[in-house]
Amino acid sequence: MSVSAMFAALQGALGQDQDIREVPGTGGDGRGTGRDGADGALCPQEIRKVVQALEQTAREMLTLLQGVHQGPGFQHIPKKCQKAREHFSTVRTQMESLKTKFPADQYYRFHEHWRFVLQRLVFLAAFVVYLESETLVTREAVAEILGIEADRERGFHLDIEDYLSGILTLASELARLAVNSVTAGDYSRPLRISAFINELDSGFRLLNLKNDSLRKRYDGLKYDVKKIEEVVYDLSIRGLNKEATVGAGGEN
Amino acid sequence: GSGGFRKRKHDNFPHGQRREEKENVNPSSALMTSFKSFQLELDTRHDKYERLVKLSRDITIESKRTIFLLHRFTSAPNGEEILNESEVKLDAVRRKIKQVAEELIGEDMYQFHRAISPGLQEYVEAVSFQYFIKTRSLISVDEINKQLIFTAEDREDTKNTTSDCQDNQPRSWSLKVTPVDYLLGVADLTGELMRLCISSVGNGDIDTPFELSQFLRQIYDGFTFIGNTGPYEVSKKLYTLKQSLAKVENACYTLKVRGSEIPKHMLADVFSTKTELIDQDEGLP
Repeated sequence: MSVSAMFAALQGALGQDQDIREVPGTGGDGRGTGRDGADGALCPQEIRKVVQALEQTAREMLTLLQGVHQGPGFQHIPKKCQKAREHFSTVRTQMESLKTKFPADQYYRFHEHWRFVLQRLVFLAAFVVYLESETLVTREAVAEILGIEADRERGFHLDIEDYLSGILTLASELARLAVNSVTAGDYSRPLRISAFINELDSGFRLLNLKNDSLRKRYDGLKYDVKKIEEVVYDLSIRGLNKEATVGAGGEN
Repeated sequence: GSGGFRKRKHDNFPHGQRREEKENVNPSSALMTSFKSFQLELDTRHDKYERLVKLSRDITIESKRTIFLLHRFTSAPNGEEILNESEVKLDAVRRKIKQVAEELIGEDMYQFHRAISPGLQEYVEAVSFQYFIKTRSLISVDEINKQLIFTAEDREDTKNTTSDCQDNQPRSWSLKVTPVDYLLGVADLTGELMRLCISSVGNGDIDTPFELSQFLRQIYDGFTFIGNTGPYEVSKKLYTLKQSLAKVENACYTLKVRGSEIPKHMLADVFSTKTELIDQDEGLP
């Protein structure tokens, strides 16, 4: 084969890649999720398009769930969760279409493109599940909610690091929720959140994280723990936690 | 920096209460059990990554040594011997690549691509350099990949090193050099060819430089054809490639202009001074 024929073939392969990912290969580690804006200038195609739709759905859900932080929002938690669940069916359809945009065995080749949005969706699913049942959503359950697989062997799956990142976002959201629930007069919730976050913290302590983005986010967890402990402390020196335990006694 | 933070936390909380809270966490709860399995999964993944990085480094070192060996080809009278030796060395590299391929059985290659990419590029450089010396043409991706298909038969010799590789593995497996790794390897090759050109002039070989400039020009054309379709690293190499090409073309020019004036036996002297000059402003390895 002549040199020019070889390069023509290579160019063909690279061009195909570009069709799939819509942006030229970045080769970077993709940690910077903020680069999405810069990529937008290039020709719109396959993966990117679906991911943008997913991002849109995720934003809508986030707006919806942010309502729980406002005073009257606490009464409407079940309703908001139900609404969010409806959005997840849109997510599942969009995920289905994303799956068809690239060869099934090349997940990690294009991973960076949906990594950010997938982490956010994990967070949203975990938040909904927490508001409903005050438990940590399992990896399998998230996968099911999003309409993807938990195992790599079975197709488009949820990478463990993405799952853990989403859970860490949940922790900071709960720290905020603890503060706001006190403002709204719900004194028992911070205690329950505190127990939950402590367990989560112990869980993360078991992991040996490498010096990567997940580790960086894990380093933020201690500030969430601290924030919640401060809320609990404020409640307990004022005797507000007693009242709360009496009130919430039945639930524990 | 968590030490300082911890201290502050203890200021806020009496020790007793803090301890009590910690005990509340049940080590066998569903959450803790699942995190234990996460620990295992992450550790397995990180270990594999580290093993691949190490293999990639070994591949890089051995490939570099092969390239140095091949640079001796033109000056040595025993060319065949050197080619044979390089073949032996490349076989050793391929055995390493086989270990990489074994590590990647059942895995998504792109998940660990960053660990092995530098080694593969260096291998492409070495193998294409050898191929050029032998055939004066460019090796194709397919040809490289053909040599990276491993079968179970010749696994005996590596059995000890790959204890985690059991009998339920497929009988043959392969590793594919990606187009991008190939391109980056070939871009590095041009630097080696430039060195080969200059040193061959030093040895009084007047035909090789012209052949090389022809060849480099073809590669350069190829890269310009790809242009910015490829990833960023490829366009970055294009600049160095241009410099290499310029050096070779200038060498050919000098040969053409002054070759007719200077007696053959003195050409070596003219270029040995020229070579030094080029090496000085040259940052390439």
